[in-house]
Amino acid sequence: MTARIGVVVFPGSNCDADTLAAFRLAGAEAIPLWHEQATLEGASGVVLPGGFAYGDYLRAGVIARFSPVMRAVVGFAAEGGLILGICNGFQVLAEAGLVPGALLRNVTLRFAGRWVAIAPERLDTPFTRALDGRRPLLMPVAHGEGRYHADPATLAALAARDQVLFRYVHADGTTAEPDDPANPNGSIGGIAGVMNERGNVAGLMPHPERAAEAILGSADGMGIVRSFVDAVGASVAATGPLIVAGAR
Amino acid sequence: MTSFRFVVSVMPKEAILDPQGRAVEQSLPHLGVTTASGVRVGRRVELTLEAAGETEARETVERLAHELFSNPLIETASVELVDATSSIATDGRP
Repeated sequence: MTARIGVVVFPGSNCDADTLAAFRLAGAEAIPLWHEQATLEGASGVVLPGGFAYGDYLRAGVIARFSPVMRAVVGFAAEGGLILGICNGFQVLAEAGLVPGALLRNVTLRFAGRWVAIAPERLDTPFTRALDGRRPLLMPVAHGEGRYHADPATLAALAARDQVLFRYVHADGTTAEPDDPANPNGSIGGIAGVMNERGNVAGLMPHPERAAEAILGSADGMGIVRSFVDAVGASVAATGPLIVAGAR
Repeated sequence: MTSFRFVVSVMPKEAILDPQGRAVEQSLPHLGVTTASGVRVGRRVELTLEAAGETEARETVERLAHELFSNPLIETASVELVDATSSIATDGRP
């Protein structure tokens, strides 16, 4: 079944076109969702793309959190709908409390625009199920506020429930700790992506859509895109499109 | 109605590494200051609220301070009332 996936466009989103293209390449029916609309237009999966929503004013992601479309996204998350946040989209999810933790200014105080390697911690999630093993994945980061932070109790809970999805790693797969140059922002535990406790909402700082074809320098991101498309397709096949009055 | 002017101060929590504050601190010797320490950089938001009373105004600002101006996971926010002007006393001007 074709997965209908909505890509939210905030004022200042700048990866929405790339994200739509990557998800179409993976076989999805990808549609843009404007930030002022209150419905998800029947989408069975939602992606919050990268960029600088609302100019990153105040804190990255916080103003976007209060936009009309996010009310629908929060409702969709509560229903168990599948949601992926990439870079700025991850920041929006964190500000909205849909994934645990917060993203702070890079420890270097520099914008990190470069290639990194990340490795999945799990292969049994809607975001990683199509990956071919736990090998490091090469993809770009492009952010100024990507330093993952959570308090010790939250980190312990993340570990206990296997909610860490990706970590920054070296070529041999070992974790790049905060003071390691292979960790682009100083993220605690090398955390590059996490998911919520229910396992239906995830965010990551690196850009899978910018590593979706070999001509872009890496096709490693396509495994994440394809995982999400597969999972959305499977959820629709299993339960039919989720219909909630007023939610879309 | 009364116009209440508030200042909201947002600071990174003590336990949070503040690389901005650290960078500022490291620049101080260039200005000849070698005796400063503990520099932390935060944010200040000022706003005026029309309300019937101070309690109501403060409740609204406290909510904004903790839902929007700060992220309680990483920051603290304090609310200070700096001015209150009755709109009757100002001839209804805002």
